[in-house]
Amino acid sequence: MTSSLYLGIALDGAGWHPSAWREPDARPADLFHLDYWVALVRAAEAAGIDLVTIEDSFGLQSSGFGGIDPRRDEVRGRLDALLLATSIAPHTSTIGLVPTITTTHTEPFHVATGVQTLDYVSEGRAGWRVQVSGRAHEAAHVGRRTLPALDPALVVLGADPAQTALIEDLFGEARDTVEVARRLWDSWEDDAVIRDVETGRFVDRDKLHYIDFEGDRFTVKGPSITPRPPQGQPLVYALAHQKVPYELAVAGADIVGVTPHDDAHLEAILGQLETAAHDVSRGADEPLRVWTEISVLIAETADAAQATLARLNATHGEPWTSDTLILADTAEAVATQLLHWHKLGIDGVRLRPARLPEDLSAITESVVPLLRSAGVLDRPDGVATLRARLGFGRPESRYATPADADARGTATADTEGDPAADSTFELDLTGSIR
Amino acid sequence: MTTTASTTVHPIPQDAAGRPIRQVHLAAHFPGVNNTSVWSDGKAESQIAFSSFRHFAQNAERGKFDFLFLAEGLRLREQKGLIHDLDVVGRPNTLAILAGIAAVTEHIGLVGTLSSTFNEPYELARQLASLDLLSGGRAGWNIVTTSDAFHGENFRRGGFLDPKDRYVRAEEFVAVARALWDGWAPGALAANKDTGEFLSADALTAVDHHGQQFDVKGFGTLPRSPQGHPVIVQAGDSADGRDFASANAEVIFSLHSEFEDGQRFFRDVKGRLPAVGRHPDSLKILPAATFILGDTAAEARERSREVALLQVSPQTAISFLEQLWGTDLGGYDPDGPLPETDPVLADEGVTRGRVRHVADPVAVAKSWRGLAEAEGLSIRDLVIRFAAKHTFVGTPVHVAEQINRHVQEEASDGFVIVGHTNPTGLDEFVDRVIPELQERGVYRTEYEAGATLRETLGLTQ
Repeated sequence: MTSSLYLGIALDGAGWHPSAWREPDARPADLFHLDYWVALVRAAEAAGIDLVTIEDSFGLQSSGFGGIDPRRDEVRGRLDALLLATSIAPHTSTIGLVPTITTTHTEPFHVATGVQTLDYVSEGRAGWRVQVSGRAHEAAHVGRRTLPALDPALVVLGADPAQTALIEDLFGEARDTVEVARRLWDSWEDDAVIRDVETGRFVDRDKLHYIDFEGDRFTVKGPSITPRPPQGQPLVYALAHQKVPYELAVAGADIVGVTPHDDAHLEAILGQLETAAHDVSRGADEPLRVWTEISVLIAETADAAQATLARLNATHGEPWTSDTLILADTAEAVATQLLHWHKLGIDGVRLRPARLPEDLSAITESVVPLLRSAGVLDRPDGVATLRARLGFGRPESRYATPADADARGTATADTEGDPAADSTFELDLTGSIR
Repeated sequence: MTTTASTTVHPIPQDAAGRPIRQVHLAAHFPGVNNTSVWSDGKAESQIAFSSFRHFAQNAERGKFDFLFLAEGLRLREQKGLIHDLDVVGRPNTLAILAGIAAVTEHIGLVGTLSSTFNEPYELARQLASLDLLSGGRAGWNIVTTSDAFHGENFRRGGFLDPKDRYVRAEEFVAVARALWDGWAPGALAANKDTGEFLSADALTAVDHHGQQFDVKGFGTLPRSPQGHPVIVQAGDSADGRDFASANAEVIFSLHSEFEDGQRFFRDVKGRLPAVGRHPDSLKILPAATFILGDTAAEARERSREVALLQVSPQTAISFLEQLWGTDLGGYDPDGPLPETDPVLADEGVTRGRVRHVADPVAVAKSWRGLAEAEGLSIRDLVIRFAAKHTFVGTPVHVAEQINRHVQEEASDGFVIVGHTNPTGLDEFVDRVIPELQERGVYRTEYEAGATLRETLGLTQ
């Protein structure tokens, strides 16, 4: 049997090309309306796409990696991705919803309960794309700290110690935030709510757990205010380009998104991930899945796709650049590339449509059928959650260890005949259960 | 107030066209994590499943409520150092659940409680603007000023905020949020494919705020939302709280549900408005109210007693008393008399995660003991008297007339109705009380198409 290739669509504004909003099918005036997003996600859902991600940032977009630019001719502004995803949830039924949430300026407790709530509203389809914010102007929105300007070229080279230290700090904080979220998601055992009329107790407090997280940047006591969500652990996705984020992904993500430009690059990345897996202990139950990210502009012919890209670039004023491979080609070429990388060990792909809705339509109408006939899109029947759809299990809460229950039983037996030493008896008293 | 006697029908003040001048405004409170919410009678459904929120919201919208109201959870309540386990526990993230509810409703306002202490203005202003955009102008913010270290243990700032700075921070928070909401001019979003202008010229104004509590510099990320500024709700009752409300709030969620007390509060707060240049109708006062219906007054009284027994289990009765006594009373019989001993005075009470202000516990205990002795009340009876008091008990006609009397005679602008069963607790109110209000011409029969929450509330700018 052919192994599954999983498909995600990365939604952002009118598409990933900066000039896409001026295309005939684009709806730039509707970018801040729920209807626009529901239509896109429903189209993806109808085609059997596994998940959508929704981009976000802690400030206005800019064309470079630095601060605010004065451009008024490109899409600026975004809705809060978590809230947008939660509003989309009741309008959809099977597709995974994975908003981007930054860890740099947000409260880990709010982030964790927000994703938990998305999981409740979507009935088990929530994920979280973890993102850091390294931009100095975004730090000024909170005033908690000042950040030096990041130069992506220097960062990737690892050449500048100050830049490397900043990256390590940002991703260290992200790692702590993911750890806090995962502990909070587990902090209610699944059977914590007991509604026991006899003893008057709604909840069994022995099944609620303090998480007692203490890190360099924050401490979080717990437990969550929200019961354990349908998936137990909502899906965590991390886009990564170098050693430090690879280590974050190994430590806390379910899926890492990588950006190879060719086979050799992919091989090198997989090697780096393997190194990271040796260096860092894994904080999730199952092996890390590797997805590639590719930007796509699709047309009937390769020439037509290239011509469209050239036209969009002319409007933009310079060639569109991306951290990913940009494929301006036919649906066949895109499908061939995906299947090729799937053979090299890739579990899934997050496609970034250059234009919305046009390239999303091309994916659902042309690329998906090709992949389907290649037999890589079969999904198990009757799966209800995003984790199950992607072949992940539903993990037990880390705090629900059967060994604990055994230990309690043993302790009770040992102290039989000595009620003063019986911890169960003491607990009953302090809980005013009489 | 538990009134079941038949009410005199008061003449309703009318305008020249014969319409009642004062209209009733109602909010629907999602059942909270306290003993009011009954979970033990088999009728209560999940406190967290989205189906519960959907039912609750759609029923309130069927009843043409102005808005639904959600409290906020920042930490689970504790008593005697242990998580309190006798009441409903667990709720969603406030903003996220409102975004979900926005998708399954069309008209009803969505008001969430959000702390100015454990949030930052840039992010919260953006989330509220997002909610206003996603809901087509239905967002409201009940701003609370948590200050204790207990909640702080779940947040970056840790520790606590000096209580005297609570409203300093809240004031500054709202000022920064308003600046961010005003940062995009009306019409900033040009989205003109022909000219290539996505933003119009001079569309964006940067915020550059440096104050005691916040340093916020930069641009907001969202076009002006349908309401511009989400509706500001406030629930604090201190002198600082009332000053904050008269300067900032558009709705007060008050605890003054008794008639005369309500009138005093109404006069006090509305009387503060002219001094700050505001019209009395630019602020609505909505006290919390519970209700029990029956076909007859006697039946309603009987149901009230049945519900009260569910709201105050034997264990809850002891637990409630421990909050005042500040000590373990586990050895007392809930059906027996009150403790003879006085409350233990400590810096920190036994209850954490819930606001309780008792200035002199010993005096209060003494008065409770006196009341219990005079009327022969057990511990549980007494606790029912205080913790399961139902605001309106009677026939639907009686309850509607009581509500209307409060509004016409300026004891309130309406009520925040709290049901005791999740999520169906307000179904009966919508079925039976709302038609009575509508028949009296004091309550809407349809929402105004496309109205924002501010418009639905009839707030005068």
